[in-house]
Amino acid sequence: MSDAGMSKIVRTIASVSFPFVLIYGLYIIAHGHLTPGGGFQGGAVVASGCAMILIAYGSSWILTKTKEHHISLLEHAGALGFIGLAFLGLLLGGVFFANFIIGEPILFGSAPALGSTLADINTGGVLPLMNFAVGLKVIAGLFSIILVMAYASGHKEGIQ
Amino acid sequence: MIYNIPYLVVVGLILIGLFAVMFKRNLIKIVIGVTLIESGVNLFLITLGFRKDGVAPIFTGLPEGVNYPADMALPVPQALTLTSIVIGVAVLALMLSMIIHLYRHHNTLDVSKIRRLKE
Amino acid sequence: MSKQFSYRMILGAVFFTIVAVFFIFSALMMHSFGIPAESAMDDAIITGAQEETGANNAVTSVVFDFRGFDTLGEATILFTAVAGVLVLFRRLKK
Repeated sequence: MSDAGMSKIVRTIASVSFPFVLIYGLYIIAHGHLTPGGGFQGGAVVASGCAMILIAYGSSWILTKTKEHHISLLEHAGALGFIGLAFLGLLLGGVFFANFIIGEPILFGSAPALGSTLADINTGGVLPLMNFAVGLKVIAGLFSIILVMAYASGHKEGIQ
Repeated sequence: MIYNIPYLVVVGLILIGLFAVMFKRNLIKIVIGVTLIESGVNLFLITLGFRKDGVAPIFTGLPEGVNYPADMALPVPQALTLTSIVIGVAVLALMLSMIIHLYRHHNTLDVSKIRRLKE
Repeated sequence: MSKQFSYRMILGAVFFTIVAVFFIFSALMMHSFGIPAESAMDDAIITGAQEETGANNAVTSVVFDFRGFDTLGEATILFTAVAGVLVLFRRLKK
């Protein structure tokens, strides 16, 4: 049923267009502090691209390439990164979720000019790092939900 | 009254979803009704934060002649709508998993028959 | 589809009509669309977003910096949903 995959034409077109969807989603995640977007929106776009690959190739073939607990490890890394940045703000800034990078001469540290400016990716403080952590968490979480439900609706027993 | 059309659209969405939850018998139609109610609430949260002739609250590439707190839309309702959309996705995933289990156990999708097979 | 005409249907229809009338009256009595009721907090957030957080996007600075605690709760909800789905589809060991 859902784990046989589709024909050769569908598999080829899905493989060709998957890198473009990936770059589009990562662009939305990385420029979250300059243009509309951010972690949640870009994560949803990349998860849709991964769902397209899952439909084209079938869930049995995907489960021979990766295991389901490897994808869970990525989600745990994203969640721990988000909480770790919040606690680092408590250590170095004084309050929970403090912005401790802005003002320092390291990456993402400068402040933009007031008013209407052009986009400078070197600004933003702790916001781009939080965008990457939340984006990784959303990608891994949504893809693991879709993978488990696609496998379990074709087979009678569970996944592990 | 013509200036309140977005609020009437929100009321229409919520009433259609409520009708589907109360009076339909197929499990999938009930889940679609719950999703419609959640979409109506998200639309209501966004339309609370609009200012007349306003632009998006983003400073990159702002057009000329826009004075900034008085002509921009409010950013806080947009941030709360983001959280609400993610909550809707989580509830939908759990509901669909339970529907798969119910179908495997009772072999039907009709709510009134599932109630009668209780033993 | 044939449903039987019981007193439950009439009770459901009556309550649905009461809820519909209540919603339509409160939609007509809202303030005008386009003039927000109170906007002092949002004006303070827009004027302070660029020098306090360093981001050009006011919505991202609200989500991650001014109201970061709500985003922490939302990340917990995502984790709970993934854990719930994975628990429901686990194969029991014989």
